[in-house]
Amino acid sequence: MQLSDRVTGLFLIALGGVAAYAGSRLPPVPGQQIGPNVFPMVIGAGLVICGTLIAAGVGRHFEEEAEADLAAHSAPEAAAPAQAGSQWHGLMALLPPALLVFYVLAVDRLGFLATAAAMVLAASLALGARLRLAIPLALAAPPVVHLLFAKLLRVPLPAGLIPTPW
Amino acid sequence: MSTLLDAFALVLQPDVLLAILLASIYGLIVGSLPGLSATMATALLVPVTFYLSPIAAVATIISASAMAIFSGDIPGALLRIPGTPASAAYTDEAYAMTRKGQPEMALGIGLWFSALGGIAGTVSLMALAPPLAEMALNFSTYEYFWLAFLGLMCATLVARSSPVKAIAAMLLGLLVACIGMENPAGTPRFTFGLTDLLGGIEPIPALVGVFAVSEVMRAMLTPEPPKLPYRRFGSILKGQLELTRKYVKPQVRGNIVGIIIGVLPGAGADMAAWVSYAMSKRLSKEPEKFGTGHPEGLIEAGASNNASLASGWVPSLLFGIPGDTITAIAIGVLYMKGLNPGPTLFTERASSMYALYIIFILANIIMIPLGLIMIRMASKVLRAPRASVMPVIVLMCAVGAFATGNNLFAVLVVAAFGAIGFVMDRNGYPVAAMVLGIVMGTMVEQSLVTSLIKSDGSILPFFSRPVAAILAAMAIAAVLWPVAFWLMGLMRRGQTQRV
Repeated sequence: MQLSDRVTGLFLIALGGVAAYAGSRLPPVPGQQIGPNVFPMVIGAGLVICGTLIAAGVGRHFEEEAEADLAAHSAPEAAAPAQAGSQWHGLMALLPPALLVFYVLAVDRLGFLATAAAMVLAASLALGARLRLAIPLALAAPPVVHLLFAKLLRVPLPAGLIPTPW
Repeated sequence: MSTLLDAFALVLQPDVLLAILLASIYGLIVGSLPGLSATMATALLVPVTFYLSPIAAVATIISASAMAIFSGDIPGALLRIPGTPASAAYTDEAYAMTRKGQPEMALGIGLWFSALGGIAGTVSLMALAPPLAEMALNFSTYEYFWLAFLGLMCATLVARSSPVKAIAAMLLGLLVACIGMENPAGTPRFTFGLTDLLGGIEPIPALVGVFAVSEVMRAMLTPEPPKLPYRRFGSILKGQLELTRKYVKPQVRGNIVGIIIGVLPGAGADMAAWVSYAMSKRLSKEPEKFGTGHPEGLIEAGASNNASLASGWVPSLLFGIPGDTITAIAIGVLYMKGLNPGPTLFTERASSMYALYIIFILANIIMIPLGLIMIRMASKVLRAPRASVMPVIVLMCAVGAFATGNNLFAVLVVAAFGAIGFVMDRNGYPVAAMVLGIVMGTMVEQSLVTSLIKSDGSILPFFSRPVAAILAAMAIAAVLWPVAFWLMGLMRRGQTQRV
């Protein structure tokens, strides 16, 4: 998600403004001037200033220098943007966090093994694995992780639909 | 002397030694896989450290990170793809050496000088920390405030990006640290009525998100790196002693620069390598050979990034100010294990500190045999398809975050910070600065508010104590430096236009 400096700068101004305003409304400690409101107000003000500078393009040339340096030192295939494919390709990046949200929603109902297998299968296929690799991986990885965390480290992972043999 | 013996007794426990060995192997493998950084290796280790003894927990972090920084050189030299960002500065040079038919030499330099650099960094930690601890015992909240402020500013100064964006990223981190009830009045702040937010955002899930999930997100969009051709290596360490003798000056310079950068808060191994490589080129007698497979820059930068790793622990252990992103994670583990950072750590828990030094030296010594095995096996390890590694990492993120508090909300925090880290990185906002803000937020606020309450709202005492005044001057200089730099640039541009 490549946004222009103007967009990110304006976002920071808005965020800083909201933080400072919300901070100023926090109840003070009775009998004291300094309370929980000071820090958010300072940070909010700082964010507004930084956002303004970024939106105005200040400090941009530092970034260009660093980018040129990195590009000069890395392989062409690493520096080149990925297949400049369709809009959908960019959305693929959202899969890992989406899988984590899926885990939160599903793990108590489906149990750890089934949820984990679904996550591994989806992620592996999305990265271009053949079914020949993805299915054995989805079957093998969750029990190993379960053994490691639930058995050795005693993390209470929910059993759900498929109980583990141990 | 008895403290030293106690320390050896602490380290020579079977569980500690086993932890060092397993963490080393883990670090070597993770570091060698492109796209998996040393910081990510450390972040994914945290849930495991919960269940270890304090010394074993710290030992896993120290050994895994040291190994990963070396091991990042392997795909750099063989594939021209840095395994970790810390190797990016000299990947070209190492690959050029491989193309000249000397991959053994490139890898040998990486291994040998990494180990020497790591030991030099440890010596600096042993030499610097105790006297600084003595001084820090006299610090009041004013000094701590300036120290923390200076730390935050340093991190933004050395970021390889626009300083304005770095400061913005750091402020975002501080804003995240505002969430929760841990504030001067104990009122719920920015919790949006969610009970899960009352305790604030835990740094560990946030770090796992920023360093691991966003890395997987990036992998989703980049093509798979090429496979490593099978290759037989000759003797790897041959000729390294000769190089050590021939390039004494670059090596010492690399160690010193690495140590200094490591001590600076927020700047870590990758920064050390960039600065050292550039410095080596500028000060070399034969700069024209750089880029053609010349060992000098490799030696200097390879030593530098490992040296910075150990010295990064100096501010972390003394003040709880992370020297780099790896120690940012380590600080969380130290608190959890009852080894709260602070100057008293060196007086009251001296044997634990000595144990830490011993672990550092031990890790850098076993790096050589384990590294040799890793280099020989590299062509097999690097053949692991990304589609089999990344899904397991996503799963480990979920389970690891859950394990930090047996709370599913932590998994959501990981997902959210993965997305935030990804977007920030794409737009040139350095995530390391945000991480520093998250880790140090509570400390900065506490020292600021306590100081203000003590001084009754006056800012004069912030400058009237001598040490505080010096730190304040340094901090203000750190703020004004980029401004001055920017104005100078504007003036120069104005002049050239007039000419």
